[in-house]
Amino acid sequence: MSTTALGGDRPRPTIVLVGHGMVGQRFLEALAERGLTATHRVVVLCEEPRPAYDRVALTSYFSGKTPEDLSMTDMEFIEKEGIELYIGDPAETIDREARKVTARSGLVVDYDILVLATGSYPFVPPVPNKDAKGCFVYRTIEDLLAIEEYAKTRSTGAVVGGGLLGLEAAGALKGLGLTSHIVEFAPRLMPVQVDEGGGAALLRTIEDMGLTVHTGVGTQEIVVGEDGAVTGMKLSDGSELATGLVVFSAGVRPRDQLARDCGLTVGERGGITVDEQCRTVADPHVFAIGECALASDGRVYGLVAPGYEQAETAAATIASDEAAFVGADLSTKLKLLGVDVASFGDAHGATEDCLDVVYSDSRAGLYKKLVIGRDGTLLGGILVGDAEAYGTLKAFTGSVPPVSPESLVLPAGTGESAQLGPTALPDDAIICSCNNVRKGTIRGAVTEHKCTTVPEVKKCTKAGTTCGSCVKVLGQLVNAELEASGVEVDKGLCGCFAQTREELYEIVLALRITSYQQLLDRHGREGAQGGDGCETCKPAVASIIASLAPTIGADGYVLGGEQAALQDTNDHFLANLQKNGSYSIVPRIPGGEITPEKLIVIGEVARDFGLYTKITGGQRIDMFGARVEQLPLIWARLVDAGFESGHAYGKSLRTVKSCVGQTWCRYGVQDSVRMAIDLELRYRGLRSPHKLKSAVSGCARECAEAQSKDFGVIATSSGWNLYVGGNGGATPRHADLLAQDLSDAELVRLIDRFLMFYIRTADRLERTSTWLERIEGGLDHVRDVVVHDSLGICEELEALMSAHVANYRDEWAETINDPEKLARFVSFVNAPDTPDPVVGFVPERDQIKPDLPLLTIGTRPLEGSAQR
Amino acid sequence: MTLAPETTDLKIQLRLEDGWLTVCDLSQLNPGRGVAALLPDGRQVAVFLDRAGRTYAIDNRDPFSGAAVLSRGLTGTHQGRPFVASPLLKQRFDLESGQCLDDETVRVPTYEVRTS
Ligand code: SRM
Ligand SMILES: Cc1cc2nc3c(=O)[nH]c(=O)nc-3n(C[C@H](O)[C@H](O)[C@H](O)COP(=O)(O)OP(=O)(O)OC[C@H]3O[C@@H](n4cnc5c(N)ncnc54)[C@H](O)[C@@H]3O)c2cc1C
Ligand code: SF4
Ligand code: FES
Repeated sequence: MSTTALGGDRPRPTIVLVGHGMVGQRFLEALAERGLTATHRVVVLCEEPRPAYDRVALTSYFSGKTPEDLSMTDMEFIEKEGIELYIGDPAETIDREARKVTARSGLVVDYDILVLATGSYPFVPPVPNKDAKGCFVYRTIEDLLAIEEYAKTRSTGAVVGGGLLGLEAAGALKGLGLTSHIVEFAPRLMPVQVDEGGGAALLRTIEDMGLTVHTGVGTQEIVVGEDGAVTGMKLSDGSELATGLVVFSAGVRPRDQLARDCGLTVGERGGITVDEQCRTVADPHVFAIGECALASDGRVYGLVAPGYEQAETAAATIASDEAAFVGADLSTKLKLLGVDVASFGDAHGATEDCLDVVYSDSRAGLYKKLVIGRDGTLLGGILVGDAEAYGTLKAFTGSVPPVSPESLVLPAGTGESAQLGPTALPDDAIICSCNNVRKGTIRGAVTEHKCTTVPEVKKCTKAGTTCGSCVKVLGQLVNAELEASGVEVDKGLCGCFAQTREELYEIVLALRITSYQQLLDRHGREGAQGGDGCETCKPAVASIIASLAPTIGADGYVLGGEQAALQDTNDHFLANLQKNGSYSIVPRIPGGEITPEKLIVIGEVARDFGLYTKITGGQRIDMFGARVEQLPLIWARLVDAGFESGHAYGKSLRTVKSCVGQTWCRYGVQDSVRMAIDLELRYRGLRSPHKLKSAVSGCARECAEAQSKDFGVIATSSGWNLYVGGNGGATPRHADLLAQDLSDAELVRLIDRFLMFYIRTADRLERTSTWLERIEGGLDHVRDVVVHDSLGICEELEALMSAHVANYRDEWAETINDPEKLARFVSFVNAPDTPDPVVGFVPERDQIKPDLPLLTIGTRPLEGSAQR
Repeated sequence: MTLAPETTDLKIQLRLEDGWLTVCDLSQLNPGRGVAALLPDGRQVAVFLDRAGRTYAIDNRDPFSGAAVLSRGLTGTHQGRPFVASPLLKQRFDLESGQCLDDETVRVPTYEVRTS
């Protein structure tokens, strides 16, 4: 180990890392992988108030990710590897002579090896008032928190810079509800990544989204009001833009000041000069990696993938292994405000004699360009609007693709277009560029390391763990590899049953099995028979038994006998568990119609028990914050006033929403409220593979949003149209029209059949939308079965449903009349009157919310965090 | 400790530093489900009974959410070992060792429990 001259009588040589960003963290992992954490003392100086987090995904904070979600640092790892991490304590000076680093707190550390991973800082153009109140940059979690706070008091925001980060920032401002502007000096957006054509397609799409783009103009001055806060900006074309908030995103510069101060060599335009081993050219004891480094190819890389490669290279060099960083690919793909933009390889066609293949449809915001060499080699490209092919195209870069390049950029379905499966790729094609993982490595994860799922492969290879753009290709490869190696993909429900949910349904129905234990012991997998099952199959089997209860002779009450032990906690307490261990209560309000008297009862109950009240997205009222022992008391009052369980907790019918319809609305053609109530009362309590939602609209204007429901009904002048397989949620799907102009009776009969066919054949937790897309034959097949009775089972389906309807009982009424069941509704078996002390509330907007700090008292502190 | 669950009059006891604490009757436990018990010092314990009549006790606090809810999870067997799945975010915990099966760095305290 030539570089680790042992100093004095120190027991272990010391590696000091300055900067705990994305690259710094990867460097620590690389040290640990090479065993260097065992042979060295490792000290980390981290400037930010939190350990390394995923800066690439920074913007996802605005779509709900918390700073904790973004964290990349496993404190157990830091602890286990014995790494000394000083959070919020930046390095201030380096004494290269004495090999000492001094941190802001006064801490002095002697080093044998110093690694600088200080990243970049956002460049702020030197315009007047650039530091005024209301001016921000976009780099750290703290920046985002500050922007979010300030945006609450402003209505317009402007981003200086229309590059990749500027667009992200503008999207974030728009998401915060601001009217957003982008000011870009260059004549087009994302000038580095895309060319003129791509810029035009991008501009059109971004403007369609309501953002205002000003290209070809510079920012001359920030205008401030009397209080010193931003009120606008002066542009180079003489115009003025009114804005209450400015985000500078005009590029980044390497943070090399520390290096300059101690006499290390830096490049003309910044960046700490290093060699191929990432060692500084001025001092063999010092390395620089990530965005602060000027690599041996003369570039400063502003992307995370090259930084990771540098981290690996530095760690390998310290371990005396051969490694070199000689340059990296600048491919990027991002999805911004829903627009795909990708560029890879020689995107601008800099190679001599190269040719372009371009497909452009600016009306649709599509632009695709491939750069091809004379010999047909794919050199690079730009994709705007549809970057579906990015993963495969990037991997083919540098080789001659097996199909013509034109066919690769034409939209699917135009006859000439060709789809290149990732299986056609050579083994050395890079699939995940963030982590530099080749196709061969991914195949190896399946064949040698026996990974059988994408999450396993991600863990094993690190592929797909950074920007996520390669995960789709990854999934295709994993499946192809599994198939090729003859691995039979286990379709069984879980570790206990080799059957699918559908097969178990058939067994339960045919053999009239009413007990989970009996099913497990007779039909479970060998090792699972006689055991206790698991949390996957218990609720699934409980649901099957409940759906079929009247037909197979089981107890229709979900808390009856053995069934109680099978239910998820929500069904077990007939309420929805909340984050602090309290429950929410949703009484059924069929069709969303409610009398003033009933509204008053809900108000009184909520007031008397101090519950938080909210109108739900399902046209009813949710009351939150009930302790488990309060549930029966609350329900006694509700049942008394004529309410029933709303099954908000169950995989069962939730709501049938309605619009006001013909009775009041000038456009209505049918009584949509009555139909919604009828349907909700008919199917209430029906247990199904996943939750079921419905809506009824009184005319084609569709105010009830029926087309986003599992079964939606829209009135026509001559009856009802039935739509099925709609879904909101994470993957919305418009429902398909199943049948038209039905009478009331025809409608109900068709829904009966549809629901029972779904319950019979769907997988566990499969909504009607995914079911409809999965089953062979899709909608046409379902129509054949339920409309044309092609399988001859319609009579049976209808009989099953009428048995359900005839046997429905309200679960809550039944429970509050059963003292034995009520005994379960306590926080503590040995202190039934004591409430759970962890469940507490604090006020917010005149109501309550969970007291979250209570949840952390007495929990195990995160080891490693004690250091600071 | 293995006993036929139908045996009556039996008590569930937890071992504390200074002796055994009776928390409930065996008949108050349902196979496959848990109950929570409050200790004199404010700690909470989740007590479970399996099909074979074995009892288990682990801390009731779900280390991932901080909520005291492990007693309300579903139990099961995985490769012959008993576990409970947290009702909040579904991580599994081995009922004998308290080890979290989804995150090797997390473990919840366990308690000695007996039926007598
Ligand atoms: C309370 C409510 C939000 C609100 O304050 O408005 C809500 C709350 C929950 N929703 Fe929802 N959803 C609520 C309306 C909706 C709607 C709107 C609607 O029904 O018209 C949707 C989109 C429509 C749809 O389902 O297709 C919706 C799509 C989801 C999804 C995504 C489903 C999907 O297929 O992608 C989940 C997650 C899941 O079920 O796996 C979910 C899950 C949940 C859960 C159960 C999450 C959980 O496990 O804790 C929430 C618990 C409710 C509780 O504690 O009481 N919720 N949720 C709404 C209750 C409606 C009701 O009266 O019953
Ligand atoms: C919003 C946003 C989106 C991005 N999107 C992408 C993307 O899609 N793809 C992509 O490849 N890249 C993207 N990037 C760039 C990527 O985040 C960086 O390339 C990567 O973070 C560089 O890692 P680093 O460790 O070199 O620097 P950083 O992650 O910036 O870490 C450097 C750390 O060093 C600290 N530091 C500085 N000086 C000192 C000191 N004296 N003492 C102690 N600590 C110090 C800093 O506070 C910082 O925490 C994005 C960046 C941003 C801001
Ligand atoms: S869907 Fe038609 S009938 Fe119903 S409220 Fe809207 S416009 Fe009126
Ligand atoms: S390409 Fe970014 S995670 Fe794979």
